[in-house]
Amino acid sequence: MVPAFEGRRFEKLNDIIERNGRTPSSLIPILQEVQEEYRYLPEEVLTYVATALGLPPSAVFGVATFYAQFSTEPKGRFVIKVCDGTACHVRGADTVHFAVRRAAGLEPGRKTTDDLTFTVEQVNCVGACSMAPVVTVNDRRVYGDMTQKEAAALVERLRKEAEEEPVPTEGAGDGVGTAGERAADGAGGAAG
Amino acid sequence: MAVDIKMTPPSAGEDKAWMTIDGRQVPVEGERNILEVARKAGIDIPNFCYHSELSVYGACRLCLVEVEGRGVVASCSTAPEAGMVVHTNTQRIRRLRRLTLELILADHDRECTTCVKSGACRLQELANRFGLDRVRFGERDGREPVDTSSPSLVRDPNKCILCGDCVRMCSEVQGIGAIEFAYRGSETAVVPAFDKGLGDVDCVNCGQCVQVCPTGALTVRSETERVWEAIHDPDTTVVVQMAPAVRVALGEAFGLDPGTQAAGKVVAALKSLGVDRVFDTTFAADLTAWEETHEFLRRRKEGGPLPLFTSCCPAWVRYCEQYHADLLKNLSTCRSPQQMMGSVLKRYWAPRQGLEPDRVFVVSLMPCTAKKFEAARPEFVREGCPDVDCVITTGEAAAMIREAGIDLESIPEEPFDNPLGMGSGAAVIFGTTGGVAEAVVRTVAGIVHGQDAPRVDFTPVRGHRGLKEATVDLSGGDGKGESGDRVRVAVVHGLARAGELVRAVKEGRVDYDLVEVMACPGGCVGGGGQPVGPGETRAARSRGLYRIDRRSQLHRPQDNPHIARLYREWLGEVGSHMAHEALHTRYHPHRRIEGVRATASTPAAAGAAAAGAEGDAFAAAKVPGEPLEVSVCVGTGCYLRGSHHVLRVFNRLLDERGLRDRVNLSATFCLEKCDRGVSVKVGDRLITGVGPDTAAEVFEREVSGRAAGPVETPGRRQG
Repeated sequence: MVPAFEGRRFEKLNDIIERNGRTPSSLIPILQEVQEEYRYLPEEVLTYVATALGLPPSAVFGVATFYAQFSTEPKGRFVIKVCDGTACHVRGADTVHFAVRRAAGLEPGRKTTDDLTFTVEQVNCVGACSMAPVVTVNDRRVYGDMTQKEAAALVERLRKEAEEEPVPTEGAGDGVGTAGERAADGAGGAAG
Repeated sequence: MAVDIKMTPPSAGEDKAWMTIDGRQVPVEGERNILEVARKAGIDIPNFCYHSELSVYGACRLCLVEVEGRGVVASCSTAPEAGMVVHTNTQRIRRLRRLTLELILADHDRECTTCVKSGACRLQELANRFGLDRVRFGERDGREPVDTSSPSLVRDPNKCILCGDCVRMCSEVQGIGAIEFAYRGSETAVVPAFDKGLGDVDCVNCGQCVQVCPTGALTVRSETERVWEAIHDPDTTVVVQMAPAVRVALGEAFGLDPGTQAAGKVVAALKSLGVDRVFDTTFAADLTAWEETHEFLRRRKEGGPLPLFTSCCPAWVRYCEQYHADLLKNLSTCRSPQQMMGSVLKRYWAPRQGLEPDRVFVVSLMPCTAKKFEAARPEFVREGCPDVDCVITTGEAAAMIREAGIDLESIPEEPFDNPLGMGSGAAVIFGTTGGVAEAVVRTVAGIVHGQDAPRVDFTPVRGHRGLKEATVDLSGGDGKGESGDRVRVAVVHGLARAGELVRAVKEGRVDYDLVEVMACPGGCVGGGGQPVGPGETRAARSRGLYRIDRRSQLHRPQDNPHIARLYREWLGEVGSHMAHEALHTRYHPHRRIEGVRATASTPAAAGAAAAGAEGDAFAAAKVPGEPLEVSVCVGTGCYLRGSHHVLRVFNRLLDERGLRDRVNLSATFCLEKCDRGVSVKVGDRLITGVGPDTAAEVFEREVSGRAAGPVETPGRRQG
């Protein structure tokens, strides 16, 4: 994992801030781009954004924890989103969610596994209601008509993928570039 | 519902707008909201989140009223209008209020009997007032840990009702924003940045949040047990020093009017608790005024740095250390009266009494929560022995007196002990905004005019207006004399206003010689450790101090005979080595957020962020052959000086020189040299004063050569 404040990476952070403008009203777009770069919002990055925008760090933390789209914790290599929009909900999204969590081995209250392989989130409508219930992986792969059994099988396939192609501990596979592009071939992820 | 229709028509010819509240005609005279109009009419609409000094928030929903034609509205955030008919006590409103209270209580720690706020809690009071006799909901499942990381304040999230008063006080009045709402929905909480402890963030310990917190969620960190222990230890001599602002406020806890001089009663009460000596911090305030005046005159003579900012207020000092490191040279080097007194007690008084300094337990009785933090500062601890052992606030002292069952009202007054129990009127007014500036002006007048100096009542700096400005003519004229004789004085209270003033000074928009800053509204009389009261209370306390000053036989610090004696017997001259060593101090830039979690794979950055002093992080043995660690500080001070541009230049040069593999370049948080320009750390060397324009030069000199040659770098846990 490249450190959050590594020189070149830090310059990207600066570019994001400059491009959006150093004003408090740019906070949310900046955080969105920063999260795309880092895959989560590290504390030192939030502090730096606060400094640049002339906001108290507490206020930036408040925004970062208010919106579900932001995460202040590192996310796993596979971010599994279980849709809980109305259509998915009535077709059993809850049981799918439960099955994914159990297969990933998540303790209650946790979203990400200790080995940073899986992050499981329940989200609102992903816009694929005709295939409800729906699960997405890293916002790229979409799985419809999910059942408990298929959910468990999916998690196992992803686990195997992770084992066969371990992400290097440092360097390339840390989500530099957009999370989505890297995730498409399964090489993305902040594991390591 | 019965509407009172005997409308008294407003008298003809008067264009005042009228509204009806509970059947009574009430004029609208520029009030911001219905709540204030009702208050004027003698109706106290219950609320938690409405404070006239803060913005309107409308969160607690307790101030609901019914407006005819509009239904139920929040009276704090509804503007009054002519002809409006308001009912504050309908059956519906009563039901809503009780339900709201019940819901607030459902999410509140209900251990009232063991809560320090019991008896002074607004939630308890309102539940009682509205006859709430049960809460239908059970206790919550989990308990959040109590935050005791601050030396001054305790934060108990289990008692927070999310009214946001503290949040707005901290950001609007103090300009800091150390606490803020975070998370969402049922998880919503008021927390410091990153959910850290209050002691690990940019909190300056002023305690104004405690003053507005309606419950026990934010309270003063009590140290009364330590005082009791010292009192009950026969081998310890317990000495109390009492600050000026305490004497006009402590009585309020026992039913006396705000501003009532209660020094004599408090001295008597403390003695009956078992305290051995009670001295008056006004003695040290005279000393402070005397030293600070000489410092001011010296700076004027030697050409600066000016303006001289006062440094009696530890919250203000902390604020400067965190936000305005480049201003620290303008802060008076004089210790605050509390710390001067501690120094005098431990080094001068104790030896002359035949006492070992570590057997003397110095307790400060202060209106202030930040004084707890100040007393614990390493600058004021000598050989493991702090000059001030323990600080208790006005509220804590009242609690001790109450615990001992002492009736303050009837106890006969006793005088302070001497020789450190006497101060001038100028020292007494240190407790209110404008007081320190006036004391300095009086001292200067005394120096300039000697024995013939007239009485100085420097009224332009009195009162509770936000910013006060005045000009004094040192030649004794009317302020219009030679510019060399004129002293331009500014006085502010409240750190948000102080911040504005500092910006104006830095940008050259204003020009002052002497600036007095007190962090709390109204100065120390409105301190975070004072009894809680409405805004008018602070003004009444200030008037109390000026009353004492008027009656005082000693007008200016140099009138205090014991001050002269102290110099004769101990300090020597003003500005002597001893005076410097015992009465002055230094300030240090300080990072705003402690221990910003550095990424696991960068031990150097982690170390730099966590280290207290420069170089600590690099104590590990140097391993040749590893890349050179280069970090550029991007803390507030360095950022404002363009440290991100420095980093950009370094990045470019790394590529141009092909040194990418030989250098680990990173940004880092505060290296705490903010007063010296952008800081860069190269290996174990700290280079300060780097600017965007000199970055390339510094890179060539400090980085290129070392990175290309045999590499020396601190040990690392991993590559």
